[in-house]
Parts: sequence; structure tokens; C-alpha cells
Amino acid sequence: MMPRAVNVDLQTDGTLQVDISDALSERDKVKFTVHTKSTLPSFKQNEFSVVRQHEEFIWLHDSFVENEEYAGYIIPPAPPRPDFDASREKLQKLGEGEGSMTKEEFTKMKQELEAEYLAIFKKTVAMHEVFLCRVAAHPVLRKDLNFHVFLEYNQDLSVRGKNKKEKLEDFFKNVVKSADGVLVAGVKDVDDFFEHEKTFLLEYHNRVKDASAKSDRMIRSHKSAADDINRIASTLYTLGTQDSTDVCKFFLKVSELFEKTRKIEARVAADEDLKLADLLKYYLRESQAAKDLLYRRGRALVDYENANKALDKARAKNKDVLQAETTQQICCQKFEKISESAKQELIDFKTRRVAAFRKNLVELAELELKHAKGNLQLLQSCLGVLKGDT
Amino acid sequence: MAAERDPPPPGDAGQARFGEAEDGEDLFVVLCSPASLPAEDISANSNGPKLVDSFLDDDPDDLFAEATEEVSLDSPEREPILSDGPSPAITPIMAPRIDSTLFDQALEEEEDNGDTFDICISVSDPEKVGDGMNAYMAYKVTTKTSLSVFSQNELSVRRRFSDFLGLHSKLASKYMHSGYIVPPAPEKSIVGMTKVKVGKEDSSSTEFVEKRRSALERYLMRTVKHPVMLKDPNVLQFLESSELPRAVSTQALSGAGILRMVNKAADAVNKMTIKMNESDAWFEEKQQQFENLDAQFRKLHASVESLVCHRKELSLNTASFAKSAAMLGNSEDHTALSRALSQLAEMEEKMEQLHMDQAYADFYLFAELLGDYVRLLTAVKGVFDQRMKTWSKWQDAQLMLQRKREAEAKLQYANKPDKLQQAKDEIKEWEGKVQQGERDFEQISKTIRKELGRFEKERVKDFKSVIIKYLESLVQTQQQLIKYWEAFLPEAKAIA
Repeated sequence: MMPRAVNVDLQTDGTLQVDISDALSERDKVKFTVHTKSTLPSFKQNEFSVVRQHEEFIWLHDSFVENEEYAGYIIPPAPPRPDFDASREKLQKLGEGEGSMTKEEFTKMKQELEAEYLAIFKKTVAMHEVFLCRVAAHPVLRKDLNFHVFLEYNQDLSVRGKNKKEKLEDFFKNVVKSADGVLVAGVKDVDDFFEHEKTFLLEYHNRVKDASAKSDRMIRSHKSAADDINRIASTLYTLGTQDSTDVCKFFLKVSELFEKTRKIEARVAADEDLKLADLLKYYLRESQAAKDLLYRRGRALVDYENANKALDKARAKNKDVLQAETTQQICCQKFEKISESAKQELIDFKTRRVAAFRKNLVELAELELKHAKGNLQLLQSCLGVLKGDT
Repeated sequence: MAAERDPPPPGDAGQARFGEAEDGEDLFVVLCSPASLPAEDISANSNGPKLVDSFLDDDPDDLFAEATEEVSLDSPEREPILSDGPSPAITPIMAPRIDSTLFDQALEEEEDNGDTFDICISVSDPEKVGDGMNAYMAYKVTTKTSLSVFSQNELSVRRRFSDFLGLHSKLASKYMHSGYIVPPAPEKSIVGMTKVKVGKEDSSSTEFVEKRRSALERYLMRTVKHPVMLKDPNVLQFLESSELPRAVSTQALSGAGILRMVNKAADAVNKMTIKMNESDAWFEEKQQQFENLDAQFRKLHASVESLVCHRKELSLNTASFAKSAAMLGNSEDHTALSRALSQLAEMEEKMEQLHMDQAYADFYLFAELLGDYVRLLTAVKGVFDQRMKTWSKWQDAQLMLQRKREAEAKLQYANKPDKLQQAKDEIKEWEGKVQQGERDFEQISKTIRKELGRFEKERVKDFKSVIIKYLESLVQTQQQLIKYWEAFLPEAKAIA
């Protein structure tokens, strides 16, 4: 599963621990039980739980993004919407095709799909949890009022999904943002650190996106191959029971073997999904959040430069100088505040990223080795039996 | 349970069989409990329950049905069986219970007909001859053998695809109607060949040529493994002579090709109208068995082909991911992580090759074998159909004889001496035809039993050997995987 940000951030703190202790999947929504343990005085109790849905997480995330005070931080990326559509569709198709397959095949496939459903479910729980942990680990965000309300208020937050008008507004905001983004990106930064970060993040984000997509495709092929082996195992079993010659034993043994190796292959694909694909997806979202931070800083810089120009003009005309001075000072402060925290945030981002990649790549390699060794042992033992028989 | 083996040659062992005839009841008990029979013989078992019924049918066929294998029709021991009551007729089925070692010996004798089976054919060096639409691929066919029937120990000739088809066509027309399972030739492929002709030197056309080369090799090996085909002059000529007359009638759209299609259609119609009175449970059971086998093999073949496809896809997607990971490693500004990502990319590149190699093994070992057997089973079905045709011919002759006899009887009262004589002559003629029909039917039934026995033996051997080879390929893949991940792990740990 995704590493909890707390482990990576090294800011483990008894004062605030958040996790998702339970989750319930209903027809089209998932209900998460958010469990908090805290010694902070701002909470009424030391330990409490509430039930939250995906929309409420999004509301919390958006409230951070819209808060000017947090402009200088990397806002932890929102968890993706739980998506069981594909899995549900497959289960439905299976139900429809029940008549066309043997009882064993049906039961097997049903178990497969249920396991898949469960895996997706676990993943979505993990992703929502990571979001909360990142917030809880952040020195400033953890104090946010909305966050505390989210954690503690045990009624429904009545956060309805955005209606059409709001969605449209968002759309235009994003369009403007990306246009701006281009503008801002074009301006060379005076500060080497930020200039480097900008170049780095732009390229990194695109490449992570590509790697994430490619790893998904690779894993899908792997799953398909495992499914084929499953079918082969079934047919071999039928052949083995029908066959009256010497070779029936071969068919049955190999069928048994393939049943087992197929499970291992499926686990390999699942582990690749968790340790590699999910890692890349997460850093795709984080690198976007980091880019957003740079954008906000860029905007602040533009505002600051504009304020400077306005001040010069005002001084030249000797009109509204005081107002221009005040505006300029505000812009300056804002820009410097953002720059300062942004620098730290970006350094932390790198630290987190390196640690997460290390952890996941090591775990991936260890799991792959474990599975390959298991597979090898099964194959060799089966071969031993079959060769001994001929 | 292995295929049937030949019974001992008539002689002492044969006598021993009849000695046991007294114990009619025990025989029946033995028959009905599979456990007491040696694993090798299933045909007897299946005949068990049908015994009484079949005997009531006065069909001389049944006696042969009850034999486990080739009991010679001319064997003198057979006669007493015909004239006695039910019990002695049950005797032949006793055969498997006695001395199985004798049977094994007999089998070896049959095989050790002077030479041990020692012949190895390889098809290699595909070369394009000519240009444009008249171009074709020529393959080198090399035969290495110590068999005396060949003029040399090592022969080499060049053949093209239509030569192989021509050989098959000759063998099929010669042997199929007698009940021999003629190994089917590899399939034609207009699309595949056109690409080659047109000169597309891409991976798909090289793959096609390799697939075909391998199929041709398997075809020839299967053909020469058949003891009867091996001795056929067409086969010898194919393997030995440097020049071979061009087989033009093998072209799909030729006159002969169209005639073949018409014949196939006619056969299909006939099959539907002939309702054979199958009194031989052995054949009925075998046919059902082969129907089931066919269905399962087709299913398995489809799944394995799907696996091949997905593995190839996996290989391509892994390559694509490797490139992507390399790019990511390049842009990563933390040195150690950057290096690790590059290592990951390199490893995934190696995996790409590994997956592709495994896909080829999946294909050439497993999928192609299944494809061959699906086609072979069609040939087996054909042989059952031939038997049906032979039976039908025999029945028709009997019908005709009946009619001639009725005609003669009528003429007896009509008092037309010369017409009567003609009628008598015709009766004689048709009696002969009926006898011939019966002989043909018995012969084809006997041949088919032998052929199916051989087929099952070959099948068991083929599958056992392929399954082992395939598992070995899977073992190799896992071993390589372990090597790669073991090399990568320290790199991942080195990220600091």
C-alpha cells in the first residue's frame, strides 16, 4: 500500500494521528470512517471518529487551494474518486454469462472479480488516508479550522457536489490558469533555485505522466496473461478427467500447477500495480500540486512586478503614491512569504519523493523475487514428478 | 492407460485363452470391474456390458469388436468361436487379463522389423526463389537415417510448399479410404505468402516463414513415423529425388481444388444421410472420445493462442515502459534515484526480451502442437467416416443381392430360361460383392483399431514430451527473472 506520508516525513507526532479505520461500500458511494487520536487542546476529545464521503474530502482539499494563506505550500493532492464502474460492469457481465460456463468456472471467475473489487476498494481507502495523513503531518495545514471540522464534526458536512454553474466556473478558472501558466513559465526567474525547480518540475511531471500510463498498460497485459493461464488450467483439468490414456496424469498435474502459478502471476501484477503504478500516479498528482505552487508564486511575482511598475508611475506622476506604496509592500511581502515557504516545500517534496521511490522500489524488488522463487519452486517440483513418471 | 497393444501371435498363448473359457461367469466379473484389468486395456472394458446384446445381433463384426487388438481374421482359433454358443465367444476379452508381458513383447517385435526407428528430418534454409507473384519459398529438406529403405544415410533436397501439399494429396488418396490416419499437411495462407512474395522483409513475414518451416518439419516427421507411409514410394521419392514434378492440382483455385471442395460437400451430405447401425461399442465409444478430445483441444488451443498474444503484448508494453522509465530517470534530479530509475529501465528492457522469448515458447511448443492435433483429429474423424462409407457400400451390396434373389425367384415362375441364367449370374456377382464388402469393412475396422492405437501412443508421447519441454521453458524464464531482480535490488537499496 502507499506509504503513509507520516513515516516518510519523519514528523511523527503523538499530537495528531489520523487514519481510516473502516470503510463501507454502498451502491454508488463509499463511506469512510475517519479516526483521530489527538492530544491537541483544540479538540473536545482525545479520540473520536466520524463518517465521511469522497465529496467531503474534495471540499477540504479545495478549501486549502482557495485559501490565500496557503499559497506558499504544496497542497496535498486530492484523492481520486472511487471508481468501481469497471469492476461492477465485469461482475454484471459475469452474471449474464452464467449459463454459458461450468459451475466451477463461474465460481472461479466470481472469486476473481470479487478479489479485484476488494483490491480497488482497499486502494481507494489507502489514497484517502494518505491525503489526510499528509495534511496531519504538515506543520501549518494541520492547524486548519476546516480540517478540524472535517475530523470532528460528526454530522454530515452538507457539502453537495458542485452544480453545473460552479463546474463551469472551475473550467474557466483552469483555462485562465493554464494560459497564465504559460506566461509565467516563460519568464526567467532571478532566483536560480526556482528557475531550476520550474524546469525540473515541468519535465518531470510530463515524464511521470507517461511512465504512469505505460506502467498501467504493462500491468494490464500481465493480468490478461494470468487470466489466460487460468482458462488453460481449467481446460487441462477437463482433459485430464476425460482422458483415458497415460497422459491424463500429466494434464491433471499441470492443471494443478497452473492454478497455483496463475495466482502468483496475478499477485505479481497486483504488486506491480501497488508499488509501481500507484507510486507513479501519486507523484503525478504531487508534482502537479508542486507546479501549482510555482504558478502561485509566479503570479505573486507578476503582481509584485506590476506593483513596482505602478509605484514608479505613481511617483513620476506624483499621484496616489501612498496607495501605490502600500500595494507594493503587500505584494512584496506576499511574494517573499510564498518564496520562503515554497523553497522549503520543494525541498521537502524532493526528500519525500526520494524516500517513497526507494521504499517502493525495494519492496517491489523483494516481492518480485519472492514470487519468482515461489513460481520456480512449483515448476521444478511439478517437473520432477512428471519426469519421474515417464 | 496406454493405447492398445497387439495380442500375442496365435499359438500357445492363444490356446491358453480358450482354456479359460470354462469360467464364463468369472470372465464377466473381470470385465466389469476396471480395477482388475491391467491399465492398458480399456476397449475390453467398454465392450463388457454390450457383450450380450452384440452377440444376439448375429453380426460377425462383433467378434472382432471383442478382440483387444489385431486378432488376425485368418487365425484358425476364430472358427470354433463362430459355431459355439455365447460363452466361448466371450473368450477373446480374457486376453488382456492374461500375460501382459507377452503383449509387450509382441509389440516390440512388430516394431523391430529389421531396423529400429531411426530417422530424423529437418526443414531449413528458406530461400526466396523468383520475383513478384510467381515467387515462392524453397526449403531444404535434410534426412538423416540408418534405415535400409533409403539409398544413403544423409540426403538433402530442395522442396517448395506445394510439393508438400502434393505429397499429402497423394498419400491421402491412396490410404485414407483404407482407414489410415494420414497426417494432414500444414495450412495454406494466401495472406502470409503474398507478403513474402511481395518482398516485405519485416518481422511478420519472417515470423510467417519460420512458422511454416517448423510446421513442414513436424509434418514430415509425423508422416515418416507412420510405418506404412514410411515405405510409400511417394514419400521416398519426396525425400530423395532431386527433381519432383510440380504439383499443380494443389492450388486452391485450380480445377482439382474446386473438385475437392465439391467432393467435400458431397461427403458432408452423405454423412448426414447414412445412419450406420453401429453394433461395435468400441467404435462408438472411440468416436465419442475423440469428439470430446476435439472440443477440449480446440478450447485449449484458443486459450494458448490468447496467452501468446497477451505475452507478446506484455513484451511490447514492457519495452515501452522501459523507455519511459529511462526518460523519468533522466529528468530526476536526485542522483542516486536517477541512477536507480535508469537501472530499472535497463532491467525492464531485458524483461521485454524475456517475455518475448517465453511467448515464442508458448507458441512453438504448446500452441502449434495443439493446432497440429486439432487438424489430426479431423483426419481421425475422416477415418471414421470412411468406415461408415465402407459399411454403407456393403449394405448397399446386400440390398442389391436381395433384390437380385427376389428377381430370380420371380423368374422361376415366369419360365424364361435365358433370363433365369442371367439372373443366376447376377446373383453370383452380387454375392461376391457382398463378400468383398464385408471383407473391406472388416479390414478397415481392423486397420482403424490399429491406427487409433498408434495414434493414442503417439499422442501420449507427444504431449508428455512437449509438456515437459514447455515447463522447462517456464523454469528458465523464472530463473532469469530472479537473476534480474537480484541484480536490481541492491541498486534500489542504494538510493540515499
